[in-house]
Amino acid sequence: MSVSGLIPVLAALTLSPLLFGVINKVKALVAGRQGPPVLQLYYDLLKLSRKGAVYSATTSWLFRAGLVGGVAAVVAALLLVPLGGTPAVFAFRGDFILALYLLGVARFFLVAAAMDTGSAFEGMGASREVFFSALAELALFVVLAALAHGTQTGTLSAMLGGVTPELWRAETPSLALLLIALVLVLLAENARIPVDDPNTHLELTMIHEVMVLDHGGPDFALVLYTSALKLWLFAALVVGVLPIHDGPPAAAFAAGLAGMALVAALVGVVESAMARLRLARVPQLLLGAAALALVGFLLLAAG
Amino acid sequence: MEMLLHALLLVPAAAGALAFVWRRPGAARFLLPAGAAAHAALTAAAWLVRPASAHPNWLALDDTGLLFLSIASALFLAAAAYAPGYLRGRDRDARTMSEPLFAGCALLFLASMTLVTLSRHFGLLWVAVEATTLASAPLIYYHRDARSLEATWKYLILCSVGIALALLGTFSLSVAGEGAGLACLSVDELVRRAAGLNPTWLQAAALLLLVGYGTKMGLAPMHTWLPDAHSEAPSMVSALLSGALLNCAFLGLLRVRQVVVAAGLQAFDAGAFLVLGVLSVGLAWVFILRQADFKRLLAYSSVEHMGLLAIGIGLGGGGPYATLFHALNHSLVKAALFLLAGNLLTAYGSKAVEDVRGALRVAPRTARFWLVGLFAITGFPPFGVFVGKFLLLRAAVQAGRIGLAGLLAVLLAMIFIAMSARMLPMVFGPAPGNRSPVRERWGAVLPSLVLLLISLALGLWLPAPLADVLARAARTLGGAP
Amino acid sequence: MTNTLLILILLTNLRLLISSRIHACVRWVAAQGILLGLLAVVGRQADITLLGILFALFTAAIKGWVFPWLIFRAIRESEIRREMEPYVGYNLSLAIGLAALGVSFWLGRRLPLPGLPGPLFVPVAFFSMFAGLFLIVSRKQAVTQALGYLVMENGIYLFGVVAVRDEPLLVELGVLLDLLVAVFVMGITMFHIQRDVESLDANQLTQLRD
Repeated sequence: MSVSGLIPVLAALTLSPLLFGVINKVKALVAGRQGPPVLQLYYDLLKLSRKGAVYSATTSWLFRAGLVGGVAAVVAALLLVPLGGTPAVFAFRGDFILALYLLGVARFFLVAAAMDTGSAFEGMGASREVFFSALAELALFVVLAALAHGTQTGTLSAMLGGVTPELWRAETPSLALLLIALVLVLLAENARIPVDDPNTHLELTMIHEVMVLDHGGPDFALVLYTSALKLWLFAALVVGVLPIHDGPPAAAFAAGLAGMALVAALVGVVESAMARLRLARVPQLLLGAAALALVGFLLLAAG
Repeated sequence: MEMLLHALLLVPAAAGALAFVWRRPGAARFLLPAGAAAHAALTAAAWLVRPASAHPNWLALDDTGLLFLSIASALFLAAAAYAPGYLRGRDRDARTMSEPLFAGCALLFLASMTLVTLSRHFGLLWVAVEATTLASAPLIYYHRDARSLEATWKYLILCSVGIALALLGTFSLSVAGEGAGLACLSVDELVRRAAGLNPTWLQAAALLLLVGYGTKMGLAPMHTWLPDAHSEAPSMVSALLSGALLNCAFLGLLRVRQVVVAAGLQAFDAGAFLVLGVLSVGLAWVFILRQADFKRLLAYSSVEHMGLLAIGIGLGGGGPYATLFHALNHSLVKAALFLLAGNLLTAYGSKAVEDVRGALRVAPRTARFWLVGLFAITGFPPFGVFVGKFLLLRAAVQAGRIGLAGLLAVLLAMIFIAMSARMLPMVFGPAPGNRSPVRERWGAVLPSLVLLLISLALGLWLPAPLADVLARAARTLGGAP
Repeated sequence: MTNTLLILILLTNLRLLISSRIHACVRWVAAQGILLGLLAVVGRQADITLLGILFALFTAAIKGWVFPWLIFRAIRESEIRREMEPYVGYNLSLAIGLAALGVSFWLGRRLPLPGLPGPLFVPVAFFSMFAGLFLIVSRKQAVTQALGYLVMENGIYLFGVVAVRDEPLLVELGVLLDLLVAVFVMGITMFHIQRDVESLDANQLTQLRD
């Protein structure tokens, strides 16, 4: 256990809503608009938490438990993820598998809450979410396994800390493939374009949004906060594969935070430049990400 | 005697080129038989005086090559004698291939097959096998209809893939040779330095070449192009494909086998030969059982016999000798049968077994020889095929593979029953619709008769020079006399 | 540099497996041909001759420009459908491709080539051959079968260029001859298929069967 590991967790808890602000700001700038303020999500969370909640008569305790379970699982996963050269709170051999499963638990709670409403729409969204996540998980698993092999370590902290400029110089192509796969997983898992459009409100095309239609007030605030934390977690993984962990810890941590902003900006650019894929093409995209990750793995293994 | 080698190649090539340029039907009618006869004469001369070579690493005539060259030459002569009558007899329209084009492609086909038998270099061998594909594809597309086109496309795409794998095998062979400081892919060089070859790459090369040339040879399960091409091509082309071309591909396998045997690795790919061989025989039986098309029937019989050849190579011991003898006899009998099938097709206008009935009344000579051919190909004594099959089974027993011998004996008996059940009703019984007898020219039956007689003679008496050639060739393939 | 080129070739193969448009496929095959030509120059830095460079460029021109032009012409003149029409779905194709990739790397370990410029040559060459073979057997149209054949030949060329170092020109000549003639003859045949069967769908070539 590392006490300094609490710093990344605290950063996640306080700064994660900022990522959405950066994304939206970049999108607005690219489109030539002024756009909402960077702190918009904080205002939204504040506003929602002051409202009262309305619950459908068909929902049970599961509906409310799902939210708390979801946020708890994501925070637990964050305890395992390092940022900018600062190791995570906990690090043990194979902890990346636990992190993956904690994300799975969070998804389970979200899906269970959605199913609990008994609404057909939310069931549909849940089905899509689970299907696409299963494919994204495959890609993510291969990426992490490849990193474990490439750095000859077994913990997330050591793996991501082990991606040094030297490793990049020696294995540029395979690490680049892993990075691309990881970004694709990030886009899919966080319901971004080209997999899902966070702005759409047409139920037939939504994946993630459709599941949280019945949440209101403070509950919805929790949903938004959870997704911000999740985005932070995936962005931290992407930043972890970048070779910026050198130098003194403070500088490296600052570089890590800058990396987070960069990832958010990248997501914004991607969203501005691309259209959402047809639903039928999404599995292909995710399988493609898995394929790229596997190729990266094979290249690392062969080299 | 260097001249003889070059003449063997140049005479058919030049005649073929001439047929393309000099596009008068009369010229084609002269060039085809003339080229065939000249080639046969040159081949006969090669038996009397074995030609030496100035470039033994590239072109030379060894015992195995001489055997297969003679098969190709004899069959081509028979086909050339048969062709004019057949081509006149079939209803020709504007779409069928023109005579000069046919003669040109056929002669180039002969030239490419000759190159296969003469080449002593794996690169050249590969080019020659590729050339046989390209020269024979237009011949299969003779009728220019959807069916022959389909057959041609399958033939092209499958054999191209096969030949591509063979190219890969050739590359692997060169990799295997590098350890011994080889710069060339000459068969003789490779055999001489066989002990220094890299065994892993030699094995890879042997397998790739087995699959590659095996596709062209029609070994199951890569045989799927074969029945289509053989049934859609005009009959004398089918005879050449089955009797000569398949053997050429087989010769490619034998060349590799020579290197593998010299390197002492014959145990390695023997299993592969045996499996592909047994699979071919078994599959051929299944497809012969209910075959509705008598040309396809003969084609599947070719798959069966190619399987037997592969088994003979895999057995070792007396196997190679039996194989070579069997290859010779199969070619003679199968070519005769395909030519006779052409007569039946002309007489009845159909390739369906069901449509051909009472051939003894409609085309008595063809029908009688058809019957003889049936017994010859299924291995009745005293035909040569019988001797070949007997030697093969004996080799299997001597190699201690009693189970394999038993399985083969059963399969061969089943194939005999199946083929008889399809072919006998074609000959006997009343002719459908009181079809009146057709006029059978001697030109249409004589080539088959001669081929069948040769096979009969070989079953009774083996001339000493031929026996020597067979024995020496078998020895290079790891065979014991 | 060589490794990057090899990986790009590997990725074009994967892209071909999931591509649903014939036009896109032709372009990817063309790109692969050009990459191969570059590789033939870069991959043999030390012992390359001027003639070797010329041959490599010639290869790139043939594979990257002449063949695609021929195939595009065949597509245009025959008005065939623009979809790949697979027997095997794209996702399954990709999965099979990845399995083949694993096998290729395994084969690359089993068959070591002494003195290779990099460890990726043999696996990528084998993978190209697998991908080409798979395209041939899993796609319905005659054009796409011809494309698969080209991809397979690319793999063989790749293998030959590095494996047969003694006679590189022989390799180039052999493969080019093979390709030129094959594409030429296949092109003529495709033209006839279109004229006589009124479709380049190999699926319609199913009259001959048992």
